[in-house]
Amino acid sequence: MQYLVSVIDDKSNPGSTDRQPDISAFNERLIADGYWVFAGGLADTTTATVIDNRGEQPVFSDGPFVESKEYLAGVWVWEAPDLDVALELATEASKICDRKIEVRPFQ
Amino acid sequence: MSEVREAITRAHHDEWARVVAALTRRFGDLGIAEDSAAEAFATAVERWPADGVPPNPGAWLTTTANHKAIDRIRRENKRDDKHKEARMVHDDDPPEPLGAIDDDRLRLIFTCCHPALAMETRAALTLRMVGGLTVPEIARAFLVTESAMGRRITRAKDKIKAARIPYRVPSADDLPARVSGVLAVLFLVFNEGYLATGPDTDPVRHDLTAEAIRLTRLIRALLPDDGEVTGLLALMLLTDARRNARVSAGGELVALDEQDRGSWDAALIAEGHRLVRARLAAAAAGIAPGRYQILAAINAVHTSARDMRDTDWSQILALYDQLVRIDPSPIIALNRAVAVAELDGPEVALATVDRLEPTLSGYHAYHATRADLLRRLGRSQQSRTAYDKAIDLAGNTAETAYLTRRRDQLR
Repeated sequence: MQYLVSVIDDKSNPGSTDRQPDISAFNERLIADGYWVFAGGLADTTTATVIDNRGEQPVFSDGPFVESKEYLAGVWVWEAPDLDVALELATEASKICDRKIEVRPFQ
Repeated sequence: MSEVREAITRAHHDEWARVVAALTRRFGDLGIAEDSAAEAFATAVERWPADGVPPNPGAWLTTTANHKAIDRIRRENKRDDKHKEARMVHDDDPPEPLGAIDDDRLRLIFTCCHPALAMETRAALTLRMVGGLTVPEIARAFLVTESAMGRRITRAKDKIKAARIPYRVPSADDLPARVSGVLAVLFLVFNEGYLATGPDTDPVRHDLTAEAIRLTRLIRALLPDDGEVTGLLALMLLTDARRNARVSAGGELVALDEQDRGSWDAALIAEGHRLVRARLAAAAAGIAPGRYQILAAINAVHTSARDMRDTDWSQILALYDQLVRIDPSPIIALNRAVAVAELDGPEVALATVDRLEPTLSGYHAYHATRADLLRRLGRSQQSRTAYDKAIDLAGNTAETAYLTRRRDQLR
């Protein structure tokens, strides 16, 4: 079972910025234990572009699709046998990233 | 005929959770398990009056429900998918070496009370899957519409399946934390029954308190060595024992000091005391008691007194002091102040209660406690104001009636 694991940051109360060494070590462990499928940090939401081509011509707009205090800062995809395993890893991930984590199964 | 009906009712009571649990284990799908169990009971209602009650109703129901589930899967023509799902959700690990707790019903309870589900959802799902209450019954208990409750339960079942919440008893490491979640659900159900919050419901919902007690007994049978499970059962029994004395014929809440202690249920009190004594022995052996055990002990002191004046308040205060150390919540501090009032007088207690204002000003019991202390101090005007606030915030009809009478007696 694959889970999308989202790292959620908060614009008004951001997490600390010195997490990278710990996250790298955590990733090494995820790989070694067979949970790791994919991971990536995202650039700031101001770098996003939204394209809407449902009408006659495509419309590009600058910025993320939704303006909010909380935003997606990065993602993992994990392979885990069940939610309990994913939640246990996510509990660690939240501490390591110093941010909230959302766990959501793929369909 | 009525014997058959009785047998069906008893079978529903005793076997519902077992049938749902066995089917969930086999088919890995709470929805299929629930629907097939319901169909099996409907078939029993049809067949038992003509064929007679089978010698082993539980086995008959499980077999029938199994056939229904297989028919259903065939009918839906998704056999492969369902079987794949069944394998996915099915726990292939060997059973945890935890002896008696390797039980399908226990897996079912832990699945329904999984921390990834909202607390109110856990309570609803437990009442449906483990308790066998119908969706309309649960909707009434939580004062929501049937369709809203139906959606809530369906969403929970979908989440269990889609997110793959495992159908298993947590590992030994996680067990204490997960049991406490289960107990919180059962206590929530019990309290909703004991002090029902709706203006249109009975002030005491015996169906809910009885169900909470029955499920706690079940947990205790499955986890006999967990002190908090025993503590919660004792607490519920000692609380429920006072049920008949607690609401007057006129529908008004009767406070502890005015209750007819002769109408307390002696058998429940005896059982509760026995459980508390067992936990006291464990505490003497050095096992620190948790909050349910301490609350049960407090209720044991109350139910030991023949009269309010006989109550051993210093014992009660000592227990509250112990409770405050493990649960420093303002509500515990408020209840502790009631014992302080009996020992050191209302003035000392009022000073403590007033300090809780910032956190408890929206809680009816805070204002009711203050109102009573102010009344005892002869500060009628302030007492009246406090009763008004308590009446505004109280949701239980019997309690509102009691508070109103108390307020109107002030001069």
